[in-house]
Amino acid sequence: MSLVEVSDLSISFGDVRAVDGLSFSLEAGGALGVVGESGSGKSASAYALLGLHRGTGAKVGGSIQVAGVDVTAADDAELRALRGAKAAMVFQDPLSSLDPYYAVGDQIAEVYRVHHRGSRRAARARAVEVLDRVGIPDAVRRSRSRPHEFSGGMRQRALIAMALACEPQLLIADEPTTALDVTVQAQILDLLHDLRRETGMGLLLVTHDVGVAAESVDEVLVMQSGRAVERGPVGEVLVAPREPYTRALLAAVPRVTEQRISSGAKPAGDGEVLVEADGVRQVFGRGKSAQAAVDGVSLTVRRGETLGIVGESGSGKTTLGRMLVGLLEPTSGRLTRDARVQMVFQDPVSSLNPRRSIGESVADPLRASGERDEAVIRTRVRDLLTRVGLAPESYDRYPHEFSGGQRQRVGIARALAAEPELIVCDEAVSALDVTTQAQVTALLAELQRELGLALVFIAHDLAVVRQVSDRVAVMRRGRIVEEGGVDEVYGNPRDPYTKQLLAAVPALDPALATVRRAARKELAAA
Amino acid sequence: MKWFLLRRLGGAVFVLLALSVVVYAAFYVAPGDVAQIACGPRCSPAQVAQVSEQLHLGDPLYLQYAHFLQGLFAGHDYSTGTGVLHCQAPCLGLSYQSDQQVTELILAKLPATASLALGAFVLWMLLGVGTGLLSVWRRGRLTERVLTWITLAGMATPVFVIGLLLIIILVTALQILPFPDYVPLTEDPEQWAWNLLLPWISLALVSAAPYARMTRASMLETLAEDHVRTFRAYGVGERALVGRHALRGALAPVIALGALDIGSMFGGAVLTESLFGIPGVGRELVDAVKHVDLPVVVGLVLVTGFFVVLANAVADILQAMADRRVVLA
Repeated sequence: MSLVEVSDLSISFGDVRAVDGLSFSLEAGGALGVVGESGSGKSASAYALLGLHRGTGAKVGGSIQVAGVDVTAADDAELRALRGAKAAMVFQDPLSSLDPYYAVGDQIAEVYRVHHRGSRRAARARAVEVLDRVGIPDAVRRSRSRPHEFSGGMRQRALIAMALACEPQLLIADEPTTALDVTVQAQILDLLHDLRRETGMGLLLVTHDVGVAAESVDEVLVMQSGRAVERGPVGEVLVAPREPYTRALLAAVPRVTEQRISSGAKPAGDGEVLVEADGVRQVFGRGKSAQAAVDGVSLTVRRGETLGIVGESGSGKTTLGRMLVGLLEPTSGRLTRDARVQMVFQDPVSSLNPRRSIGESVADPLRASGERDEAVIRTRVRDLLTRVGLAPESYDRYPHEFSGGQRQRVGIARALAAEPELIVCDEAVSALDVTTQAQVTALLAELQRELGLALVFIAHDLAVVRQVSDRVAVMRRGRIVEEGGVDEVYGNPRDPYTKQLLAAVPALDPALATVRRAARKELAAA
Repeated sequence: MKWFLLRRLGGAVFVLLALSVVVYAAFYVAPGDVAQIACGPRCSPAQVAQVSEQLHLGDPLYLQYAHFLQGLFAGHDYSTGTGVLHCQAPCLGLSYQSDQQVTELILAKLPATASLALGAFVLWMLLGVGTGLLSVWRRGRLTERVLTWITLAGMATPVFVIGLLLIIILVTALQILPFPDYVPLTEDPEQWAWNLLLPWISLALVSAAPYARMTRASMLETLAEDHVRTFRAYGVGERALVGRHALRGALAPVIALGALDIGSMFGGAVLTESLFGIPGVGRELVDAVKHVDLPVVVGLVLVTGFFVVLANAVADILQAMADRRVVLA
């Protein structure tokens, strides 16, 4: 019998049908990736495997068999016996997924004791054992730490340790690396890979990131609006997709190995200088707790060009962006700005006021610059909305009526309203699905070509940065470790950190992924 | 942790000092002629002048305040005409009405108020948190709706109505409880508790309602958090989820509210004390305000402030012990 057997699964939240007639199975020891964009129903399906929709008001139909348990028919006690013992789940955000009040080791021991008789001491010993297995250094001591004392990667390791505690037959991982930096993501994926080989447990990996799936599973299931679109061996589906949706999805995925979508002829390095930073520093905190978020960065941005800034979380890229716009004054160093600069923010939801119509939001910079004539403002805003691909009638509508990609267009329109010469995009497409991401980056490139804009494109995603940038600067711990033409830096990185970053990016081709996994191990060993 | 404690206690002391400045200014400086009030309406201008002299009312403000602080920390000597009255630190001055030392006056009334407040506090926390948890446990069912109505009614009913009802039912009709007649704890603990039971219950019934609602809301919020979901997904039972993983976080705001309430209750539960004839701080306050007995009013406000600040500091420290992240913030 299969480890997982799902047939005709449907899940509804009120009137919304999140999953509709989904069927799939997973053999013992197999690895299946469930891939889809947000709202495709992939996470809801994963939750259903452990009966986690029970008591939430969601309606679940169809049949689900997991490790010999009929999940839809099982009573609460049978379900509890399944959860954690036969099938364990790893969640997306490892910080909020652990209890802040208890030591990590105690939390794992608690889970162990739910499913095993035995002393507290034995459970604690098991916790240390699994923490050690997932690569927590000095596991005895660190098992007494609370989650906030762990780094993001260690927290995810701890959560995986919790999953391992009872030696389950199935590991369900729901976006396990989405909240992590790319180098940490690679470590976690490698860990999952090794654990699977070692324990023979099955893996169901839910992810929006095709590359993550390519790295980790044997088979993929592509989902769209609650239905399965295509299913097959990872090598076939990702290399030669049959369905149009899969093809479109794969085409939208930015590739770190590929050239940029050219935005037209560019004055290479001879445009006039708009912003120049010379040894700028930004220090937060005082005295002993003082930390330099940006520590001596020098760069120039010229008219019409795109400078990409990549770095992992905490590298200081956002702080640098805020200084370039003038939201922050550098603690020291010289920053000259000879241009109108605007910013587009990461989160299109929280950076728009939900109580004001989007037209009003876009009109803000116009009013701020002294425009008083309502008719002029209205016409100008309608033009701007059209310019970013929204209907001019959107003026009177409110942010919640728009999708994430549309809201980001509103954010761009608002930035354009002030007629900037330079726009700083801080993770402007990070919160978007790949297809939307591709549309928004295309819009930015088009605007740049038509308006002669300069862009500073800040992102953690190396592939996206490669798509849009002329030049790229790699940041680490407040400093720029490498800067140069985009092809030069990506094609022939000189700095070891850049090499490490590039090696960590998941490859879309499973065959290539295997090669790169080996390369990472070599790099780590060296 | 050590630094957190020091910082927290330092903050508490600062708040009290700031409070003393504000209270001092508000009561002594703002309205009317203090000397006239202190002396009484039938005083001659000469007598008023003498009182003014005695109270240093001619001095600049900061000196007056310094005198007041000196009394608080080092004590004060008052000339009574025939001799010297030593008012020990912490000296809050003399009552205009009785010439008694304010500190002694308050200390004499504090035990009754403290008895009422602490007993009622324990009861209302149990009642409020219990009701809140019960309505979470039975959410969506009839029990929850009934509990919601009862807590709403409790919030909307003044203590003298509930107290009167209880007196009519428990004392007059059923004759289970005596009409309260305050007996100090040091005299007879059993009688102390027996006589305070009715005031405790009355006060607890009206005070418990916000706690029930807050516990319910906070608990529902915590139960929806990711880490609770994690342990549910690992087969941990509902009772352990609530008891071990949700309760701690959910109670944090409840405890913070409790600290505010218990602290201010040390300044006197005026209505309850009056209704049941408990000789506490609250009645003293009403009396002092009625007679514009400024030193007593100032003293009582400071004492109340002291307990509010103390209770808050204790709540914060408990919170920090439960959740180490607080220390880092």
